[in-house]
Amino acid sequence: MSKEWPLWEIFIRGQHGLSHRHVGSLHAPDAEMAIKNARDVYTRRNEGQSIWVVEAKHISASNPSDKGPMYEPSESKVYRHPTFFDIPEDVGAM
Amino acid sequence: MYAQMVKSTGEGVKSRDEMSPEEAAFQDRIDQDIKIEPKDWMPEGYRKTLIRQIGQHAHSEIVGQLPEGNWITRAPTLERKAILLAKVQDEAGHGLYLYCAAETLGVSRDELTEDLLSGRMKYSSIFNYPTLNWADMGAVGWLVDGAAIMNQVPLQRTSFGPYSRAMIRICKEESFHQRQGYDIMMKMAQGTEAQKKMAQDALNRTWYPALMMFGPSDKDSVHSAQSLAWKIKIDTNDELRQRFVDQTVPQAEYLGLTIPDENLKWNDEKGGYDFSQPDWEEFFDVVRGNGPCNVDRLAARNKAWDDGAWVRDGLLAHAEKRAARKTAAE
Ligand SMILES: [Fe+2]
Ligand SMILES: [Fe+2]
Ligand SMILES: [Fe+2]
Repeated sequence: MSKEWPLWEIFIRGQHGLSHRHVGSLHAPDAEMAIKNARDVYTRRNEGQSIWVVEAKHISASNPSDKGPMYEPSESKVYRHPTFFDIPEDVGAM
Repeated sequence: MYAQMVKSTGEGVKSRDEMSPEEAAFQDRIDQDIKIEPKDWMPEGYRKTLIRQIGQHAHSEIVGQLPEGNWITRAPTLERKAILLAKVQDEAGHGLYLYCAAETLGVSRDELTEDLLSGRMKYSSIFNYPTLNWADMGAVGWLVDGAAIMNQVPLQRTSFGPYSRAMIRICKEESFHQRQGYDIMMKMAQGTEAQKKMAQDALNRTWYPALMMFGPSDKDSVHSAQSLAWKIKIDTNDELRQRFVDQTVPQAEYLGLTIPDENLKWNDEKGGYDFSQPDWEEFFDVVRGNGPCNVDRLAARNKAWDDGAWVRDGLLAHAEKRAARKTAAE
């Protein structure tokens, strides 16, 4: 069995000015081919205007078991949301 | 279905008392419809069953290209040819999405491929039947993709995140597949006497193999019970088959074609059709490797893999050489 092509994660920016979004992954020998293959697989129906590819091994991810300590602190900080404040209607749009 | 008779742990569903604390927490998340992601803790049986199921599903997408690819060069018009080509290309993409989902569970793409090529892993029984003429392209899109949709729509809600996301992408594309098939059937059924005959003949040959896609009844299967509990299976095989028949009968009536089943009859009480089961002996024989096309399909996949080896190796060697040159220059 010969060696397998590395795995690439594919990010596509759509037409409406949103950020690149992860759409999936694929195998390719190098970045150039990864972009070509991503074009063929992930933009078959006008899904994209721009493609980023990153070799999967270069992505570092947070640990799912750290979920508590990582995200709980923000749960109690309701004042970070605009709806926390009661602004009188008379003030108008704000 | 595209994955038929997938074996689970075989031990049946554990009661709460038998579960370890980790297993209980895992089942709680599933019961609350929280997705399981690749790096989360999961029971070994869940991981293995999913690899089998997603792998088989992926293999079906890939092998499923063969019966239709067979007609690309002989499509009756340039437009039909372009449409069929796009459909078959989509199926290659479906295989890719699913292989990638399986890979997040720690199996490599090449391992999965080799398991298909050696016959250790299966693909859907339906693709071991031949496509004899152009009307079969209509019947396949309408009935085979139609049956696949029945199964894939609920799987969008499956518990494993990458599988669910792959299903969402796939479902977006499948309705194009079914419609292009039905469109072919409409043309044939409204065509000349000879065309109408071809359409009826294609329906006659495809009907029971399509019903087999859902697999034999699994209402008493320990494997399915576990898969249902883990939400990697959403409905039983019989439920999906019933839904498929109920949806398809009026579509056949519209075409003026007859479903080849004397026992087909509306049942007011259950609010669905009564219908004949396919020949399950035939099904098991096809699964054992004795269908009309099993040998051809595996031979075609093996040939494609072997003939492509120099391309895979060559492109990798080129990439490695360029990377080495770049490092040397830095
Ligand atoms: Fe598909
Ligand atoms: Fe399909
Ligand atoms: Fe399809």
